[in-house]
Amino acid sequence: MTALPVDHGSAGLWTLAWRRLREDRIAMVALAIVAAFLVMLMLSATGLIAADWEEEVGVNYAPPAFVGASAATMPAAGAATPVPDNPFDPLAADIGALRGEGAATAAPRRATLPFGADKWGHDVVRKTIKGGETSIIVGLIAALVAVGLGTLFGAISGFYGGIVDDLFNWFYSVFTSIPSILMILTVAAVLQQKGVLTIVLILGLTGWTGPYRLIRAEYMRHKAREYVLAADAIGASSWRKMFAHIFPNVSHVALVQLSILAVGFIKAEVILSFLGFGVPVGAVSWGSMLNEAQNELLLGKWWQLTSAAVAMAVLVTAFSLLADALRDALDPKVK
Amino acid sequence: MPAFIFRRLWQMLPTMLGVVLLVFLLFNWVGGDPAYILAGKMSSPDAIANIRRQLGVDEPYYVQLGIFLKQIVTFDFGQSWATGEPVGRIIATRLGPSLTVLVPMTVLETLIGVALALAVAFVRGSLTDRAVMVACTVGMSISILVYIIVFQYGLAYRLGLFPVQGWGDNFTDNLLRYAPLPILIGLAVSIAPTLRLYRSFVLDEVNQDYVRTARAKGLPERRVLWVHVLRNAAIPIITHVMANLPALLIGAFLLERFFGIPGIGREVILAVERSDFPVIKAVTVYVAAATMVFNLLADLLYQAVDPRVQLS
Repeated sequence: MTALPVDHGSAGLWTLAWRRLREDRIAMVALAIVAAFLVMLMLSATGLIAADWEEEVGVNYAPPAFVGASAATMPAAGAATPVPDNPFDPLAADIGALRGEGAATAAPRRATLPFGADKWGHDVVRKTIKGGETSIIVGLIAALVAVGLGTLFGAISGFYGGIVDDLFNWFYSVFTSIPSILMILTVAAVLQQKGVLTIVLILGLTGWTGPYRLIRAEYMRHKAREYVLAADAIGASSWRKMFAHIFPNVSHVALVQLSILAVGFIKAEVILSFLGFGVPVGAVSWGSMLNEAQNELLLGKWWQLTSAAVAMAVLVTAFSLLADALRDALDPKVK
Repeated sequence: MPAFIFRRLWQMLPTMLGVVLLVFLLFNWVGGDPAYILAGKMSSPDAIANIRRQLGVDEPYYVQLGIFLKQIVTFDFGQSWATGEPVGRIIATRLGPSLTVLVPMTVLETLIGVALALAVAFVRGSLTDRAVMVACTVGMSISILVYIIVFQYGLAYRLGLFPVQGWGDNFTDNLLRYAPLPILIGLAVSIAPTLRLYRSFVLDEVNQDYVRTARAKGLPERRVLWVHVLRNAAIPIITHVMANLPALLIGAFLLERFFGIPGIGREVILAVERSDFPVIKAVTVYVAAATMVFNLLADLLYQAVDPRVQLS
């Protein structure tokens, strides 16, 4: 006889949700991919990988080369950027000289560059990892700020009701009547400073409305429940009731919002960095890579674009599938 | 009905006031002293004092707020700091190009989105349905930047099917020559999320009692979906389209920038890059007002579509 697992008491929301999530094969694959990106992010942030992304390891615009590509079969330095010999080009002589110089000094190169090199001969794989670190960190922290604000406002508004609720609702309607992209650009114009912190602030301060509305509704539902009345009876303070008693029961809403917003913010960071409002010069994100890649494509250098675009698409797809599955698994209606 | 409209307009006032206050606070308090932006690096204290006087920044806050309110009501935001062009004229002239792209895009997106949503709902739960939904999720995950870069390079630059970028003075020329590629890209980006959303609207209706009745009396599934379900799913669809209109205006900013279309979106990005505050302030306030008006229109349309809806 096989021993049945002993069930101590009834399973909680999280246990049940995890069980449902585990049966969903797509969700588990998505979870694995997201986890892999997070591991990569941590390794990159601690400097274990991709710390030396600015090292020149190949010739300028070295095309992708897999294991075994010997130096002989690789294009000579300089020849990687074919410049048409235009007699009217005032810089033709200089370019010729540079090309000869490049060939003479033969830039350091590795035989294996699966995604090629960029304009400066940086390894695109390392660049993609480093860029992902920026994009993911910005997306996650901004989502945390937005959900934190939304939860705080929603809790206060839903719990107290009355005039406090009216005030927050007014605030909410003001924020939602300005389209988010315009709001983001307006705040960007006002803050004047470009950089990662600014982007986090902009996205976090403009993104709280979605979580606010959902959390507020949950608090309104929960505040009259027996367990809250019981907490009230033993003399718990309002803040204790809100965050020690009610919050654990609505935290799944916050978690789902967090995953949805993180996806949106990673996409938004890429666009803002592309427009030049994001990462500073010298740093790299997927947006700044796409920005470089736009001009490279005209020269036929497609690998940086592909690398950043595919990495981002894989992460965002996995993240959204996970967010969908998480919402389904945590939705009590499905029980 | 007029009483309803009047009350709704009356209710918009506090929100509008909030928007004005928010914009005022952002630009006059968080944004710092505009005189330093305007005077640039080579500024003498005299020049700065002069600019401050011209802008009215040396007045007390309530006077400045009064000036701002007057600007909004009279549609006169003065001149652009970057080009000296009156802000009112900038908005008026940039609206046409934006609409030339946005109106066809919105119409096509709605029609294609509704048709596909019903088609997918017809085969709901099947492998096709799941495959389409997965394709939508993947399609939504690819950045709009990638769509623009790849489509512009492939279709316009390599294949020469469209002009790479540009904009003319002639409306038909613009619509038929320059607008199609941005519209196509806009559709490629927006169909996936639209389809997912509309499918959920349709599926919400499919489980209602009236659908069971329609099926029970022997109507073919096609007719049930296209006539009965569509009619009811139209309400959230209308809300979505209406609520999205003002956002679309700005949402096409990347398209306008890439294709050199002199629209509102490109103007906003330029204004942000140049710290051209009057333009950003004007656009923000008017787009917020437009959003509220479109929400009201959506409510009015409700009743036209569904006689059960009572506007009270």
